[in-house]
Amino acid sequence: MAALLEVRDLSKRFGGFVALEGIDLDVNQGERLGLIGPNGSGKSTLVNCLCGTLRNETGNVHFDGLAMDGLSAHRRARLGLARSFQLPRPFPSLSIADNLRIPLLYVVGARPGGGLGEAALEARAGELLAMVGLADKARRLPGDLTQIEMRKLELARAMAGEPKLLIADEAMAGLSPTEVDDILALLAQLNEAGVTIILIEHIMRAVMNFSERLVVLVAGHKIADGKPEDVIRNAAVVEAYLGQ
Amino acid sequence: MDIPLDLLVNGIVSGLLLGGFYAAVTVGVSISFGMVDIVNIAHPAFIILGSYIVYILGVEFGIDPILAGIAMLPVFYALGAAIYQIYYVSFEKRGRESLRGLAFFFGLLFITEVSLVLVFGVDYRMVPAAYVGPTIRLGFVDLPLRLLVPCVVALTAIGLLHLFLSRSFIGRAILAVSQDEFALRLMGASPVATKRVAFAISLATAALAGACLIIIQPVEPSTGRDYIGRVFAICVMGGMGSFGGMVIAAMLLGIVESLTATFYGPSWAPAVAFTFLLLTLAVRPAGLFGR
Amino acid sequence: MRRGDKGSAARENVAAPAPSAARRSATFLAAAVAVALLAFLAARSVGNDYVFFAGYVVLQYIVLATAWNILGGYTGYVNFGTAAFFAAGAYSSVVLHKLVPLPLVVHILVGGLVSGLIGLGVGYLTLRLRGVFFSIATLAMAVVMQTLITNWEFVGGSRGTYVIRPAAVPIVGDYIQYLFLVMALLAALAVWVARQIEGSRLGYGFATIRDDEVAAEASGVPTLRLKLIATTVSGAFMGMAGAPYPYYVTYLDPASGFNLAYAVNSIAMPLVGGTATWAGPVIGAILLGSIQQLATVTISSALNLLLVGVILVGFVIAAPNGIMGLLQKRRP
Repeated sequence: MAALLEVRDLSKRFGGFVALEGIDLDVNQGERLGLIGPNGSGKSTLVNCLCGTLRNETGNVHFDGLAMDGLSAHRRARLGLARSFQLPRPFPSLSIADNLRIPLLYVVGARPGGGLGEAALEARAGELLAMVGLADKARRLPGDLTQIEMRKLELARAMAGEPKLLIADEAMAGLSPTEVDDILALLAQLNEAGVTIILIEHIMRAVMNFSERLVVLVAGHKIADGKPEDVIRNAAVVEAYLGQ
Repeated sequence: MDIPLDLLVNGIVSGLLLGGFYAAVTVGVSISFGMVDIVNIAHPAFIILGSYIVYILGVEFGIDPILAGIAMLPVFYALGAAIYQIYYVSFEKRGRESLRGLAFFFGLLFITEVSLVLVFGVDYRMVPAAYVGPTIRLGFVDLPLRLLVPCVVALTAIGLLHLFLSRSFIGRAILAVSQDEFALRLMGASPVATKRVAFAISLATAALAGACLIIIQPVEPSTGRDYIGRVFAICVMGGMGSFGGMVIAAMLLGIVESLTATFYGPSWAPAVAFTFLLLTLAVRPAGLFGR
Repeated sequence: MRRGDKGSAARENVAAPAPSAARRSATFLAAAVAVALLAFLAARSVGNDYVFFAGYVVLQYIVLATAWNILGGYTGYVNFGTAAFFAAGAYSSVVLHKLVPLPLVVHILVGGLVSGLIGLGVGYLTLRLRGVFFSIATLAMAVVMQTLITNWEFVGGSRGTYVIRPAAVPIVGDYIQYLFLVMALLAALAVWVARQIEGSRLGYGFATIRDDEVAAEASGVPTLRLKLIATTVSGAFMGMAGAPYPYYVTYLDPASGFNLAYAVNSIAMPLVGGTATWAGPVIGAILLGSIQQLATVTISSALNLLLVGVILVGFVIAAPNGIMGLLQKRRP
């Protein structure tokens, strides 16, 4: 069976700087994939290329059997590819509830038969907020949220589009261990419900606990791909992390 | 079409001279917009203000326009510092207010222009100076002094400014602000103070540019509008904060405008700068000589 | 805290569950048209043509400010080129007048079409230009268009052209009264469209573009299409406001058609009134427009423009959310 996400020979340059080179990656339906690498190794660039925020020069991306190449970010979102941003990017002039209304209107609402009435919109936004523990802040503006609440909002907004694949880009950076566990539990719950998840993370404990498979990027190249316990023993990975 | 060589050469030469002057008009915006990210679209209006002050000093007291422009530098510097203070307190400090900041400068542009209309009327004003009339002739090439003097003054001023920015501590701080505010903090300089100095310098250049302008052409209050497009076109084409790119872009624009005026008539000239700008923005938003 | 409460208050007004959104919107349109007709009857009862001449300008500014706000206030793209869209409408009218004079309403539709197409073109600029670069490009476009018109002899070039205004119109009477009525109805239509956008799916999409385009795309918002809609609708209304203008002035030259006052006013009015809702531009246009009309007769036309500049700067510094913002702050 074909993988949910297939990346073949993907490369991205910024001027003379090679951000990604010849990336091949398969992610299967229902998988929990960890993506790690040192700062500047190209993880976020890869996410941006997968989600259509940036255009890759070469290579192609297939998602759910469809070629993504040339598709805009919003088309990919509607096809079931969701992402959270490394630094949360809420809509600052919209209330927390209305932040979730956007993907409900534009992702869910754009799918056949997905249009929601006013009452259904409110209810669904409330459900999502309850799920991430922000129900009592529905009418607040994002500027009033704490760092962890902001990250929860970011995840809730990505989840609102009922994605097949969720890419969580450093959703836990700067959080306390209990807060990290909160977010991990949330992601695990989503995964149980059938959502494939790519977790990009620096916190090794979180990645090791969560991932079924681990991929390592270093300087724009994929240097390892396999079971987490094997990958972290891999000589190249050890060198990339410890040899610096 | 047969293009007469002397017309062509003269067009290019006066374009180069004009370009030197355009660089002086642009240098302020290169600093405020290109380096410290303040979109002062009122800058050309302040240049016209400078022209009028130079005009008064020239007509009433017989002061040479260039000297008058230099004398006004500290006054415009202070004005710039004051405007930045208002801008900082009202917009930068509050954050995410780019729309209103833009409207603020748009309002200043309008206030300056209309105030000049109320005080001086809409008549064209010129300034008396020994070098307004004469022209140096080299073979069939004309070098009108009214273009040559502003060009030399402008390029000298830009050279000095460049030295200042690259050598002095505050100059380097200004360059650092354009790259990275964090690096600036590491240098131990306050971003707000640095930006205030940068903006004040940018406005001070308007005094000298105003002096150059009124030597080159008669001025009326709305003349500044013709320069909004030129200034931003040059700034963007030159790659925002780069002085070298700015001078080259200014000369290019000067040549194209001068040739357009020579071969198609002056009524088409205003569109040249803006067409240049639109094309630059559409094809290469980072500028022709961008980083 | 304060900000959150205020935001939620504003949003609840818009998003409150409606008995029937369609019925409410029809009611609003009917009310807007009724107000327009009332204004017409009120002006008529004064029995002085000056009221129509002055009122026409204010109404024209309601259309321009509302149109500007659809792009500038809702999506955050600041258009400095209002004069270009307005003049495009006015000059399409001149061209029609010279070729095949048609009823005024047709002129308005053609003017709207021409300026709407220009707006569509400007919309594609947003592909590459964000923030201030877009604004400068619109200013540049206005100058390029003015130069083209100045060099186009058919419409009078730099000298301008005379447009003969019909003396009267059946039923309504005097032509200036007819112009007033038409502009009042156009204003009602523009305000209705602006209100329709607010609180609709489109309005939410516009807000995300204003806030963060990358995040908007990731949330499924087709940002380019929405921006094209905004620039086209905004441009079209500006053109429609400009189309009757040659008949109002009877003499049109590039300097008056491309007057910078249009750009300043169409920015100042929404900012003074408040950019968040349809009411802001209307309040701003009525206030600033009336002040200017009064100042023009009592003081001088240069001074009234100074006034606009000072009011604009004062408001952006002291009342960032305009008059509507001040009113909402008062509300408990």
